[in-house]
Amino acid sequence: MDDKRQWPLYEVFIRARGGLDHKHVGSLHATDARMAIDHARDLYTRRQEGVSIWVVPSAAITASDPAEAEALFEPARDKIYRHPTFYDIPDEVKTL
Amino acid sequence: MSAAATNVARLLFRYVLRMGDLSLVLGQRLGEWVGHAPALEEDLGLANVALDLIGQARLLLAYAGELEGRDRGEDEIAFLREQSEYLNPTLVEQPNGDFGQTIVRQVLIGAFQLEFFERLANSADERLAAIAGKAVKECRYHLRYSSDWLVRLGDGTPESHARVQSALERLWPYTTELFAEDDLDREMADCGIAPRLAEVRAAWSARIDAVLAEATLDRPRDRPYQWFGKRGEHSEHLGYILADMQYLQRAHSGARW
Repeated sequence: MDDKRQWPLYEVFIRARGGLDHKHVGSLHATDARMAIDHARDLYTRRQEGVSIWVVPSAAITASDPAEAEALFEPARDKIYRHPTFYDIPDEVKTL
Repeated sequence: MSAAATNVARLLFRYVLRMGDLSLVLGQRLGEWVGHAPALEEDLGLANVALDLIGQARLLLAYAGELEGRDRGEDEIAFLREQSEYLNPTLVEQPNGDFGQTIVRQVLIGAFQLEFFERLANSADERLAAIAGKAVKECRYHLRYSSDWLVRLGDGTPESHARVQSALERLWPYTTELFAEDDLDREMADCGIAPRLAEVRAAWSARIDAVLAEATLDRPRDRPYQWFGKRGEHSEHLGYILADMQYLQRAHSGARW
């Protein structure tokens, strides 16, 4: 953060119910992690969206480079055999 | 109703107004921050606290209306009384000042509400006990929010420290009223409806000392002068709040969303 007048950015993850994963819901500014939790509570759980909050400093996230998207993701395109669509599913199996 | 029961209902009406008006006026005050807070996140944080307070006021004032038995609903009680009929403590009508002053006020009144509602949850009056049970969770968060900020500002830069210390000096004299037990407080405590203010005071004082120590702030000395907002004798500020708050209902009687 070069601009000291702006508080650091945090990414917010909310777990909607016990047993589900934390999902990314957005980001916010806060001076520290505890304040980020408070802000996340006020911004992202106003309508009972969650039962648990994670906050992560945005600066701690390493992202893939969009310029490398072709090299990273294109090679998977022609490998349709990786999708499990060639299996015969027995009728007894309901939830797969 | 017997004469004794009518008398209790009449006293309880005034007592519930005190609590309801505290939440109402403080919620209205905090609402003034919307669109003006130092950061968008704080804007929502303060508005959330304000909405909790207005929610408490609705429950309490609706109950007051039923106790009064004159068919007045929560809106009529909230928006159509005269200044001297409002029974909130003088502290909550004090201006927001800068963000630090608002935070100081929120800590002082938030610790009071928390200690008060925790005890009111055991009230002999079931309706009040239920309202307090709901409010206590809200107040726990309010105090977490405001005392975290007080520590950041008090133990922050020389400027933020000086500002919150001076806000503390300015607002401290209004805290004595919160614990000045009068006949109504005593009567309600004797019936097992309300907590003893001396007990609330001791718990409040311990909480305040702890947060002030962490925030490296000095506890001001108590002063002998006493305010009486809870008897309807207010500072100059309440009239302006009411003018703002009551305008719509007075201009468009019975207006609804």
